[in-house]
Amino acid sequence: MTSRKTEHETPAGPDLSRRGFIKSWGAGAVAVTVGGGYQAQAAEAEEQPLAAEALSRVELDVNGRPHSVLAEPRWSLLHVLREELGLTGCKPGCERGECGACTVLLDDVPHYACQVLAVEAEGRRIETVEGLLDGETLSALQAQFVKEDGLQCGYCTPGQVMAAEGLLRRNPDPSPDEIRSAMSGNLCRCGAYAHIFNAVAAAAKVRKG
Amino acid sequence: MLPAFAYIRPTRLQDVVARLNQGDAQLHAGGTDLLGCLHDGVFTTDMVISLGALESDLNAIRQTEDGGLELGAMARVARIAEDATIRQRYPALAQAAASVASPQLRNQGTLGGNLCQKPRCWYYRGDFACLRKGGFKCFAVNGENQYHCILGGTDCFIVHPSDIAPALVALDAEIKTASPQGGRRIAASDLHMPPSEDPRRETRLKDGEVIVSIRLPGAMANRYSRYRKVRARQAWDFALAGCALNLDLDGDQVRDCRIALAGAAPVPWRAQAAEQALKGQTLTAATIRNTAQAAMADADPMSQNGYKVALFEGLIAEMLEQAAAT
Repeated sequence: MTSRKTEHETPAGPDLSRRGFIKSWGAGAVAVTVGGGYQAQAAEAEEQPLAAEALSRVELDVNGRPHSVLAEPRWSLLHVLREELGLTGCKPGCERGECGACTVLLDDVPHYACQVLAVEAEGRRIETVEGLLDGETLSALQAQFVKEDGLQCGYCTPGQVMAAEGLLRRNPDPSPDEIRSAMSGNLCRCGAYAHIFNAVAAAAKVRKG
Repeated sequence: MLPAFAYIRPTRLQDVVARLNQGDAQLHAGGTDLLGCLHDGVFTTDMVISLGALESDLNAIRQTEDGGLELGAMARVARIAEDATIRQRYPALAQAAASVASPQLRNQGTLGGNLCQKPRCWYYRGDFACLRKGGFKCFAVNGENQYHCILGGTDCFIVHPSDIAPALVALDAEIKTASPQGGRRIAASDLHMPPSEDPRRETRLKDGEVIVSIRLPGAMANRYSRYRKVRARQAWDFALAGCALNLDLDGDQVRDCRIALAGAAPVPWRAQAAEQALKGQTLTAATIRNTAQAAMADADPMSQNGYKVALFEGLIAEMLEQAAAT
């Protein structure tokens, strides 16, 4: 018996790749519009799994641009953003969903990228700190982190900024308590919390104009 | 890097339950606890079965015929915390959801997943072949046990990590499942497995059985219900002591009540002796004291967690005092 990996890489073997997966779905979708007996048959066809340790095509929408990457099912979004797409603003910290350094937005909502499988992020709008830049110009929120000295070493800062960005999109005028609560999933080992809260409050003011 | 696994995202629930029955398959709802366990090597899996394609089928919040609510198991914890109807009619549940983990994890974690969490015991999560992981003993008994249980421990002395589960127990919620056999309904108070029955399982869900929704009975709507969580820090931590309170009040007389505790026992702990002490009584200082003491009458602390007895007594008493003051 051949290994899963060999099967996957042999053109004659069963196509377990993401692309094959999507193709078969696509065929099903077409059949639905055509209708008839084939429709029922297609609807009953079960999806095939992506093989372990095999690279499959994953389509990601990152900072408004489509990216097509080859990834294993076990790869986290954090890993793919950094190692495949070079978006190193997304920081690995604890890699166990505790520190917040890898915070990104999925459909405007803060998530830990280390706790999201890249395959699970398909179809979501992914935003990293790089996406907040306008060319080389910092966003108002980033600028307030600089102005209010909302950091010391800076390692947690991209995650802090993305958590704050998620807050301000949902709630443009947060109270001090709402800011503290929204930022409570991001640790700062330098203890710059007071300045971070000031930066978020100042950014809210600037954004309201 | 996590250990390797195959991955599938079925579009039909029947394919989820069929595959979940095979090998070491694991279910991925929000994925937060699953990925943490795989990262820490608590268990391994040969296949992750994602509910991602079924999210919109499984995350509805809808009114039921009896005036209650049915909550889809894939509803995110943050949504349970923020939903206006839940906040108004079942405040204990909204408060419990709001106290879960961190904002990012509430945005990702699901209602069903929260009920199926693995324990946070550091021996279980760490490199110890403890009873719950298939070994022969609980290392907390002669080890570091300041966060372990004071009630309901036999052989294994974890505390159940969920805040939401005690709120559901106190609200008489019912769990609806799907399984290869077709699914069933389980009282929230029966969902979790005490170690006296099986120290290696956290729930009574069978292989291939998946939580699809949670029903909150109309009879429990608009009661005085609250959840309060005491932690070592004010944010992003598990409960040292948590209490879900549900009172059917007539003035300051308690017609009926439910009290369920977090951080006390290996399962969400219904404090039945305390409920008996409170039922039919008026909320006087003496009743409140008796109720708090009754909740802890069977407490059997370990070498380092005796503080929890006083902490729970104080927590329950304060919550009842607040109820009396409303």
